[in-house]
Amino acid sequence: MSDYKLSHLKELEAESIHIIREVAAEFENPVMLYSIGKDSSVMVRLAEKAFYPGKVPFPLMHIDSKWKFREMIEFRDRYAREFGWNLIVESNMEAFNAGVGPFTHGSKVHTDLMKTQALLAALDKYKFDAAFGGARRDEEKSRAKERIYSFRDRFHQWDPKNQRPELWDIYNGRVHKGESIRVFPLSNWTELDIWQYIRLENIPIVPLYYAKERPVIEMDGNLIMADDERLPAKYRDQIEMRMVRFRTLGCWPLTGAVESSADTIEKIVEEMMTTTKSERTTRVIDFDQEGSMEQKKREGYF
Amino acid sequence: MENRTTLNIKEFLDRDEQKDLLRLLTAGSVDDGKSTLIGRLLFDSKKLYEDQLQALERDSKRMGNAGEHIDYALLLDGLKAEREQGITIDVAYRYFSTNNRKFIIADTPGHEQYTRNMITGGSTANLAIILVDARTGVITQTRRHTYLVSLLGIRHVVLAVNKMDLVDFSQARFDEIVAEYQKFVAPLGIPDVRCIPLSALDGDNVVERSARTPWYDGPSLLEFLETVHIASDHNFEDFRFPVQYVLRPNLDFRGFSGKVASGIVREGDTVMALPSGKTSRVKRIVTYDGDLKEAFPPESVTLTLEDEIDVSRGEMLVHSDNLPTVGRHFEAMLVWMDEEAMDPSKQFFLKQTTNLTRAHVSDVRYRVDVNTMEQAEASILRLNEIGRVRFTTAKPLFFDAYTRNKACGSFILIDPITNNTSAVGMILGPVDEKDMTGEELPRLDLPKLGIGPEHYDAIDAARRELERQGIAIEVIKQ
Repeated sequence: MSDYKLSHLKELEAESIHIIREVAAEFENPVMLYSIGKDSSVMVRLAEKAFYPGKVPFPLMHIDSKWKFREMIEFRDRYAREFGWNLIVESNMEAFNAGVGPFTHGSKVHTDLMKTQALLAALDKYKFDAAFGGARRDEEKSRAKERIYSFRDRFHQWDPKNQRPELWDIYNGRVHKGESIRVFPLSNWTELDIWQYIRLENIPIVPLYYAKERPVIEMDGNLIMADDERLPAKYRDQIEMRMVRFRTLGCWPLTGAVESSADTIEKIVEEMMTTTKSERTTRVIDFDQEGSMEQKKREGYF
Repeated sequence: MENRTTLNIKEFLDRDEQKDLLRLLTAGSVDDGKSTLIGRLLFDSKKLYEDQLQALERDSKRMGNAGEHIDYALLLDGLKAEREQGITIDVAYRYFSTNNRKFIIADTPGHEQYTRNMITGGSTANLAIILVDARTGVITQTRRHTYLVSLLGIRHVVLAVNKMDLVDFSQARFDEIVAEYQKFVAPLGIPDVRCIPLSALDGDNVVERSARTPWYDGPSLLEFLETVHIASDHNFEDFRFPVQYVLRPNLDFRGFSGKVASGIVREGDTVMALPSGKTSRVKRIVTYDGDLKEAFPPESVTLTLEDEIDVSRGEMLVHSDNLPTVGRHFEAMLVWMDEEAMDPSKQFFLKQTTNLTRAHVSDVRYRVDVNTMEQAEASILRLNEIGRVRFTTAKPLFFDAYTRNKACGSFILIDPITNNTSAVGMILGPVDEKDMTGEELPRLDLPKLGIGPEHYDAIDAARRELERQGIAIEVIKQ
């Protein structure tokens, strides 16, 4: 019987497809949050697999903080067109028009208004009762304990002390009106699994993941890329061209690059296997305060 | 331990993609050194990145409690409240990898009040590591953990006898503990039990075999984890395909999507749909990556059939010569997970495979004391209590005994008001209909009620809608 054995990637794929189908079957109005990052790219591919030869029966939604790398937006629009995604883009225009941004308001205020509040407003606007996110449990300490179906109350809040037990592959998707579930079909994937799957499946990812000469500035120990004209004048004469790549993608002033020459998936994995910094260290927001990701999760951020 | 630099990265990836996955549960108390053991497994398999270590050193200075040693436990405790209390209170998942396997660890606490979490963490585990302190040996908690592991049907158990350094690596002490444990574990029928002497703090027999236990000729913990045979843990005999989603992208395609719960299905197989009993043949096994000739657990696929038969979510495709039990009455071992005690007058939602139905507790046969495994009389169950319970559902379920088929013998009970998962159950078997008087389905005798055939379509539609909500009624027509 030992012939009937799946590789870990195939087993993870089967598990994720099962979760995605379960949500589509049990919820009235699900949405898949699409961040344009590599994990999102994998999650979208898994959704396409789940409903093949049909189309994905729910929309993708991107919360655009208006400070994303330009290459991310180009990538998003290109593949939404090419693959025929039903894509919703939402932003906190009120805060944007009031001039909120990371340089003027700091990472904490910017993230809260342009990401967390924008997301909550969008979830309320469309009355989604389930939202898929691409978070993985191996990313960060507080995520290690997250359920696959993560219950949120009417205020989208997460209570780490009051999570529903989750057993076998039987998910409890029952919610009252106004309550919702965040669903993490990639919970059990690791960063290496994601890269291997991207390689195996030829999944397109934003070119920023690959090393290239890019204009960067050193700010508080982070290599920040000068991505558009909103870079404050005081930094302009500090721009230098360096061979860098990004390990995670977010708002460009808040996402540090790493010096690297890895310009293929193989080289990225090789670099990862011998690396000295874990994935989220290049995200400035995690260092705001002790236990900051947990705090953000309680407030409704993914 | 692993020398990856000799491999070219492409070869490494090609090989790495083929590794299988082992899910394991760790159980033990705060004092058994469980977090230290996990920390070491992660650390020694070189999956701890440098900056996590830097964060660890910073945290250790402030609140560590392992003296001069690095406090591996701090690596694992994620939530702020838990760190402040100094204990782990929930299930946390950890990931690591070796040359041969990927591992997912469900790390669960050992305190009595958190039986719930251990059951949660163990439900998907292939293997359980049960820790004991070599100084104290097998204690009540060890028995409790082992009982829960056997209840969950975990087939591989490692008794990790930790802190051997504190008993001078005494073989006599180890043998004594093993003898006591084996006496206790034998009646539980766990097929594979392995005892390993180790020191998590110093690393003896964790990754490498230790020179300090020359009398022990078995594998180190990691060696065992890397080689234990788990591929035959699935049930490949009884084909069960709970329909999860009906896929109808266009008029020419009608597919039934789901995960193969057990057994193997091949193109051309004759299959029966339950509960209708209609049969057809498997035309295609469809996936995004091309059609398959056969599918096995836990693959997620889409089946198309030769004939147009009506199958909905919650129904099941099976081989017609190998049927599950179809019925509304069964007995199960139930673990109560809710702060609110069982209310036998309540109509719960019961979810088993993809099927959702209304259900109520017909009677509690007995409660099991998890410490002594003795049976006690009980009329209800409270948080963290386990008992043998009879259920009646509002529509027929398709089930197998949990010991034979985990996927079709497990269920959750959902409170209809709070929506909490109140309890989880493992089915033992059906209960004879005649033992269940007063539990018949509601009956609608249409001729008797003077309802004519012109209303039958409307009544059938209402009946189907009720069924979708988990309630079956019997309709008698002319």
